Amino acid sequence: MVDVRYNIAFKLYPYAQVKDQTADKPKRHKVVVIGGGPIGLATALDLGLKGIPVLLLDDHDGISMGSKAICFSKRALEIVDRLGCCDAMVDKGVVWNLGKVFHKDSKVYDFNLLAEKHHYRPAFINLQQPYFEKYIFEGIERAIENGAPIEIRGRNRLTSLVQHDDYVTLDVDTPDGQYQVEADWLIACDGASSPTRKMMGLGFEGRIFEDNFLIADVKMTADFPTERWFWFEPSFKGSGHSALLHKQPDNLWRIDFQLGWDIDREKELKPENIRARVDAMLGDKVDYELEWTSIYTFQCRRMEKFLHGRVIFAGDSAHQVSPFGARGANSGIQDVDNLAWKLQLVIEGKAPKSLLNSYSEERVAAANENISNSTRATDFITPKSDISKTFRNSVLKLAKQYEFARPLVNSGRLSLPAIYDGSSLNSADTTNLPDRTRAGAPITDAPLADGWLLHQLTNGFYLMCIDAKAPNNLKINGIDINTLTLSSKDHPILAERYLGDAKSAIYLIRPDQHVAARWYEYNADEITKALKIASNNNGKAL
Amino acid sequence: MTQIITTPNIDKPDDFYEQLLAIHEGLTKQQSDNVNASLILILANHIGDQKILSEALEMAKTTK
Ligand SMILES: Cc1cc2nc3c(=O)[nH]c(=O)nc-3n(C[C@H](O)[C@H](O)[C@H](O)COP(=O)(O)OP(=O)(O)OC[C@H]3O[C@@H](n4cnc5c(N)ncnc54)[C@H](O)[C@@H]3O)c2cc1C
Repeated sequence: MVDVRYNIAFKLYPYAQVKDQTADKPKRHKVVVIGGGPIGLATALDLGLKGIPVLLLDDHDGISMGSKAICFSKRALEIVDRLGCCDAMVDKGVVWNLGKVFHKDSKVYDFNLLAEKHHYRPAFINLQQPYFEKYIFEGIERAIENGAPIEIRGRNRLTSLVQHDDYVTLDVDTPDGQYQVEADWLIACDGASSPTRKMMGLGFEGRIFEDNFLIADVKMTADFPTERWFWFEPSFKGSGHSALLHKQPDNLWRIDFQLGWDIDREKELKPENIRARVDAMLGDKVDYELEWTSIYTFQCRRMEKFLHGRVIFAGDSAHQVSPFGARGANSGIQDVDNLAWKLQLVIEGKAPKSLLNSYSEERVAAANENISNSTRATDFITPKSDISKTFRNSVLKLAKQYEFARPLVNSGRLSLPAIYDGSSLNSADTTNLPDRTRAGAPITDAPLADGWLLHQLTNGFYLMCIDAKAPNNLKINGIDINTLTLSSKDHPILAERYLGDAKSAIYLIRPDQHVAARWYEYNADEITKALKIASNNNGKAL
Repeated sequence: MTQIITTPNIDKPDDFYEQLLAIHEGLTKQQSDNVNASLILILANHIGDQKILSEALEMAKTTK
């Protein structure tokens, strides 16, 4: 039995029987992805576009209803842009810059995200998660039309697995009963309560926050501005200890109320009780409909490592954060970005399996950063002791009057991309090139004469040469390196971001658009060495 | 490298101390706590230097 655990917003991949189910012996697949949430879908698409055959199993037949994530950050957008799905998101999404912070009934201050100029993608968009997933799914459909080897099976639930030395056997349940498949690699994108993780008896350690948040998405045409409003100790009745109002597309507004720990969930979820709260917040005269409501408790935790033999964890199955700062899906998409090219090289025999250790290493470090940020925000929003509440309220009182206290106000820090400082894939940097584009950093976008830098870096490794020359079509240990030659004269912003005071520079850029190494000038030996480091391949037979 | 000052540095210690007590006069425990918290934040910002702040926090911790 494959029971339905949640309602479907978009039914996209209805169940259909396939040959594997009646085969004499289990069919072997290169890569099986468990879970069709945003992370599983993006994983399948990234691998499929790279020509790696991938089978995705999800226990439902489409995208889950209800808006979970609403804020998507620039780096996540840039990654889905590389996968060809970003335009629809930005077209549909709401771009916002202004935020206001209130304490009780008065405004503490307002802020402008003041996104840096000269990037193709906005710092943030608000978009309901079901749309985000749907646009990735549409990207998969387009990729399949163009021959990408991706298959999705709906109502296929992983029920148990056995790990062997170099493959995994999966038991899968369907409306027609159980069958088995095998996978060279299994990627578990099955969410925070990951059945795969549980089947393997792996831990998921961290902190549970003793607090309940009521989330209501309300539809209204009232003319609230496109801003993020956050209240500490709001004065409107029954709103709890904090509240948030944020706009989404389709005249939908996300409202969050922090209710505390000892609550009667069923009572709080009654529409009349939710409406009483929303009325108090928006004022009696505002007409609205409740689109979707839910109560959440929050946790910040992660697995010790994300790679276990032939099983790889990505997204919420590997790490979970509180939503303050919008780091869940945004960081999961960065997992995908990090993993796909490494798995490709391993599968194609161009890098040893050990390259995948760097996936765990780099993304565990990123998860730590996200967990630390989310924990700090949660501690500020929901003080855990009398003294922390005293400090919190003093910060808010001071912030109203004095600018100095505003940076201490933490209603969620916006998610910035992880920089893989200290990664084993980075080469030593002996230059004085700008700090922001150091080894480990994701490429900062920049306008080119006819387009954007990131759009030039979408297909494998690159040598980006600015006012410097390098041979075209380098190939090292079977890995192709594309050469992109640019001049500072034509591209002042690029020069500012990548040259600083230097006369020339060469950047070795990984397929996930992170810098692996950089120099002032071309040096064949150095580049060979850096590529070997970045691919964990010292040239010995694999 | 700057280090936290642990030798006398306040011009008129008795005057300062008197004023410190005076701002708390007539306050409830919670009001006093609020004032103290604000004072710490104001002074911390004035100092700014993360290293000094961290030394001060460690020093204070030993007096619990
Ligand atoms: C209220 C709220 C607000 C949030 N806001 C933001 C935000 O603004 N920005 C942000 O970036 N993140 C946000 N998040 C986090 C974001 O929703 C998650 O990080 C994201 O959904 C994780 O995606 P995933 O694909 O890893 O897992 P999921 O979305 O949980 O998907 C898991 C999938 O696996 C399937 N599955 C499970 N078990 C099996 C099985 N045995 N066999 C087959 N399939 C299986 C499930 O059906 C599901 O489709 C928020 C979360 C919440 C709760």
